[in-house]
Order: sequence, then structure tokens, then C-alpha cells
Amino acid sequence: MTSATLLPSAGDAAAAAREAAPAVPGARGRAWAPTAAAVGRRLVGAVVVLWASVTVAFVALQLAPGSAIDALVPPTQRTPEAVAAVTAEWGLDRPVVQQYVDYLGRLLHGDLGTSYQLHRPVTDVIVSELGPTLQLAAAGLAVALVLAVVLAVSTAGRPWASRIANGVELTIVSVPEFWLGIVLLFVFSFSLGWFPVAGANGLASLVLPAVALGLGLVGLVSQVLREGVERSLEQPYTLSVRARGVSETALRVRHSLRHASLPVVTLLGWLVGGLLGGVIIVEQVFGRPGIGSVALQAAQGRDLPVVLGVALLSALVYVVVNTVVDLLALVIDPRLRTGARA
Amino acid sequence: MTATIATPAAPASSSTDGRRGAGRPAGLAARLRTLPWGVLVASALLVLLLLVVAFPGLFASRGPLDADPLRVFLPPGHGGLLGTDQLGRDVWSRVVYGARYSVLIAVSATALGVLAGVLLGLLAGLGGRVTDEVTARGLDVVAAFPAILLAIVLVTIVGPGIPTVIVALAIASVPRYARIVRAETHVVRRSAYVEQSVTFGLRRTTLVARHVLPHAVVSVPILATIGLGTSILAASSLSFIGLGPKPPSPEWGAMLADGRNYLQNAWWISVFPGVAIVLVVLSVSVVGRWLQRRFEHREHA
Repeated sequence: MTSATLLPSAGDAAAAAREAAPAVPGARGRAWAPTAAAVGRRLVGAVVVLWASVTVAFVALQLAPGSAIDALVPPTQRTPEAVAAVTAEWGLDRPVVQQYVDYLGRLLHGDLGTSYQLHRPVTDVIVSELGPTLQLAAAGLAVALVLAVVLAVSTAGRPWASRIANGVELTIVSVPEFWLGIVLLFVFSFSLGWFPVAGANGLASLVLPAVALGLGLVGLVSQVLREGVERSLEQPYTLSVRARGVSETALRVRHSLRHASLPVVTLLGWLVGGLLGGVIIVEQVFGRPGIGSVALQAAQGRDLPVVLGVALLSALVYVVVNTVVDLLALVIDPRLRTGARA
Repeated sequence: MTATIATPAAPASSSTDGRRGAGRPAGLAARLRTLPWGVLVASALLVLLLLVVAFPGLFASRGPLDADPLRVFLPPGHGGLLGTDQLGRDVWSRVVYGARYSVLIAVSATALGVLAGVLLGLLAGLGGRVTDEVTARGLDVVAAFPAILLAIVLVTIVGPGIPTVIVALAIASVPRYARIVRAETHVVRRSAYVEQSVTFGLRRTTLVARHVLPHAVVSVPILATIGLGTSILAASSLSFIGLGPKPPSPEWGAMLADGRNYLQNAWWISVFPGVAIVLVVLSVSVVGRWLQRRFEHREHA
């Protein structure tokens, strides 16, 4: 982060800053005031989005065909007494507003309700399946980032190489994860027998799913990274680094990559969304247990509490990551903190 | 059946070509030659795709559901162009007829998403502060859910099927369009010429329809083209995990899910539908990006 990088792109950055943080009236007092306002606005935004998601989930639970009674009391045991007992236990006879407040309260305590199908707390169901999904997501993210760095650093600023890389990236982006997974399975599991066909036992069973998941995300990351490296290679400081006799590889890895990684931080939010969606698909292809499989089975069994539990968890992760990324951007780039005009 | 469809089709397509050619005889040919070859190939593939969607009978001699117990698991070349599946159905015919599902779902989802997105974007951009803020937050909420998860929630509530997939993909794409229209509307609204039109006493509806809308939606067609590719990918993914059209129908994702069970001895059942998806999505992306580059060029100029 030398000041030299700021000079040529100051106009762009200022424009971005203006878009990112519209001027707050009266926020131009002491130095900390704009920062506090910007941080506060992002935190409030995050809370509002989460609250709205929860409210939509509650409305869905209220409106969905098939009442909670249908799901909680098996038809064979449906006596008036059983129905009355369940109604009292779940507070189904109380006003909707009261139920809504209870719902919010339970969520704050980490209680996502009870599965219609499994008759277990949704939180337990999700927590017990979280492990394999987190492993897969982390491994997929690692594959994506490593490949993207290699692709970007090795091809940036080299016309032919970056043309080829561009084509490869575009193709990868167009390949559905599930098909990629099937082709990988066919080649490496069925034909070569290097990796197990299904399951989540040990590292060997993680390789192909992680590659299938990661390749789907590589394209965009590597493109953004390569543009960043190319921009950095044109900067004056690159000339001065070269003049010191630093090798090309060292220059790219130690200097250009560092500058190029800033825009990738803002991509993190998008990456999390991609991982959440991709995990569901990849788990199906490779027959892995996990959150995605739980959600899908629940969807087929019309088990709304479980599905909404997974959806709310996913929204929570998404909002938290995006808020952290926004706040990180404030830390990294002080120009975003004020609404000052260029 | 093939012939009856072919005869009316040929003059229809040649007449439209003729009309266009008559307008600019040299212009069109010259323009085509200046296109990058990638864009040219991609456009040709998309034209072919539209023909396949409109007249699948021209391209496939057998029906997508015609089973033949004597001709199961034939490899490509031995039984039809792309082989046959576990029921002796022709894989090529199924891929050809399957194009309809992808195009139908992706186009409807994109159209719905664009419509809702433009309306919401205008509402937010033209409305008061409260409307604007509420709409923007609402878009944030939708954007917090991946398309696949939205579809899973929707399927749980209303059941699986093509309409569910279309609505889920449409909802997931709304923020993309609404945000850009909202931002552009904000810009246009503060511009001098809109202020001038207000002083002329133009009616609000006229002002919006004639001056705000055209400027606010300039980049929407490009976004929609790229969104079309995303929708095709997502739609086939949803069918693959069993939320879309069910297996007897030749939807590409559903075919893959079905063929996966026979991967060990009949790879062609699952590989070729995937190739079709990749070719279509790649073509759409190539054309979309080319449009985007040209557009950005013009904006800067």
C-alpha cells in the first residue's frame, strides 16, 4: 500500500467511494464521526436484512399448505386430545403476533423449531451435518483461490497466455458443477480408480468434490485477480522494483499479487453465495452427507422448518461475511470512511 | 411429420433473411466479417439452438421418449449419433428435444426477473426516501439467498415442477436488474434535462415513460443476456437435484441425474447432455460479454 498506487486511480476510487458511501448530512465533524456513521450504517443494514429474512420465514411457515398440526401429529394418532395437546405445547392457539414474537425469541436462543419429518430439533439436525459441509466448502474455496492465484499470476500481462486463460475461464464458468463432478467421477473414480466413488470418509473422498466445487468459482476470481495484477504491473512502483533487479516471479508474487488481492476481498461475498449454492449440488453428485443433502431431503418431504433453518443459516453466513467485508474495506481504504466529494 | 414441418419452415426463415438482406445488402455481410470469430461461432450456435427449439423434428428422427428394449446401452455411432440409454432411447433425440426445457425455463425466468426488476428499480429510484430504502433492503434480503436455496424453499412450500423453477430463478435474478435500474434512475432523475422537463410542465407519467425509463434500462438487455446463461445453468442444476422436470422428460439436467447411475458402463448418457449445456451457456456468455464490451466502449467514447 504505497501512496504511489493511489495517484493514477484516484478519480476512479473517488467515484467508487461516492457510490459506496453517500454523504451523510452533518457527518463532517471530527475525524471519527464519519467512520462511526459508516460502520453504524452497515451494521444496522445487516441487522435489518436478517430481521426481514426471519420475518419472511415466519410468514412462509404461517401460509404454507399443510399446517403444523398435520406435520406434528401423524394421521393415525389424530385424536382431539392429541391435537389439543400439540396445539397447547406449540402455542398454535395464540394470536399470530404473539407467535411471531415467540418465534423471534426462540431464534435468538438458537432454536430453529422442530423437524416435521425427523421429530428432532432443527438446530441439532443442522449441527450434526455441519462438519462434512464445512470441510467441503473450505476445501473448495482453497482449490478456487490457489488455482486462481496460479492462473492470474502466471498469465497477467502476457498477451497470448492471458488470452488462453480468458478462454479457459469463460469455459469453466459455463460448465455446470454437477456435470464436472460426473466427468471427474468417471475419469478418476471409475476409470482410474484413484478416488472413492461416494461418501465422506477421509481426505481421498474430499478431493474430487472440492475440485468440482472450486473449479466452478475459479473463473471469476482469476479474472478479477488477473486484471488487478495487470493494473499493478503498469504502475510506477513496478518499474522501481524491476530496477532493483527483483526477478519477475518475485515481483508478481510479492508486489503485484498483494495489490490485486484487494478487489478479490470484495468478491468474497459473492464467493460465499457461490459456495453455499455449489455445496448443495456437489453433495448430491458425490453422495456426501451434509447440509445440502439435509435441505434437499427436507424439501422432498415438505419439511419446512428444516429447509427454513438451512436458509436462515445461509442468510446469516452471507450477511455476516458481507458486513465483515464492508467493514474490512473501511479499514483498508480510508477514503470510503467519509462521504467527502472529490 | 418431419416433412410437414420442414416445408413451411424453410420459406419462412428465408423470407426474413431476404427482408433483412434487402435493407442493407452490403452492410450485413461487411458487419458479419468484422465480428470476432468467437462471437460469430457463438451466434451461429444460438441460431441453431433456436431452430432446434422451434423444429426439433427436423434434427431428430426419433422421439425423445421412444424406447427400444432391443437397443439398450449402444455406444455412440453404433446406435444413433450419441448412442442409446438404458431404455434404448436415442440420446441425440433426447438432447435435441431437451433444448426446449432449458430455453423455455431460462427465457421465462429472465423475462419475469427483468420485468419485476425494472419495475422495482423504477419504484425505488422515483419514490420517496422511505420507499427507496425499503425496496433496497428488500433486494438485499433476496440477494442473501443463493438461487438454489430459494428454489428449495419454494419447492417445499408449493411442490416441484417447471413453474416453481421459473419463479425461483426469476426471484433470484430480480436484485441484479433492480439495483442497476435504481442506480440509473437516481442519476437520470437529478439530471438537468429532467429538471427542465419538469419546468415545462410535463406530466409525471410522460416524463417517466419518455425520459427516465429509456435511460434507466440501457444496460438491462446486456445484463439479461448474461443472466440468461446463468439461468440455463441454474435450471439444469435444479433439475439435476430433482426439483425441476422429472426424469422421463428429456431435460438436460434430469438426463444427467438419470444417466449417472450407468456412468460405469455407459458414459455417453450423462456426458452429452452436459456438453449441450456447456455449449449453450458458453455461446450465451460469449455473445453477452461482447455486447457488454461494445456498450462500455460506447459509454466511454
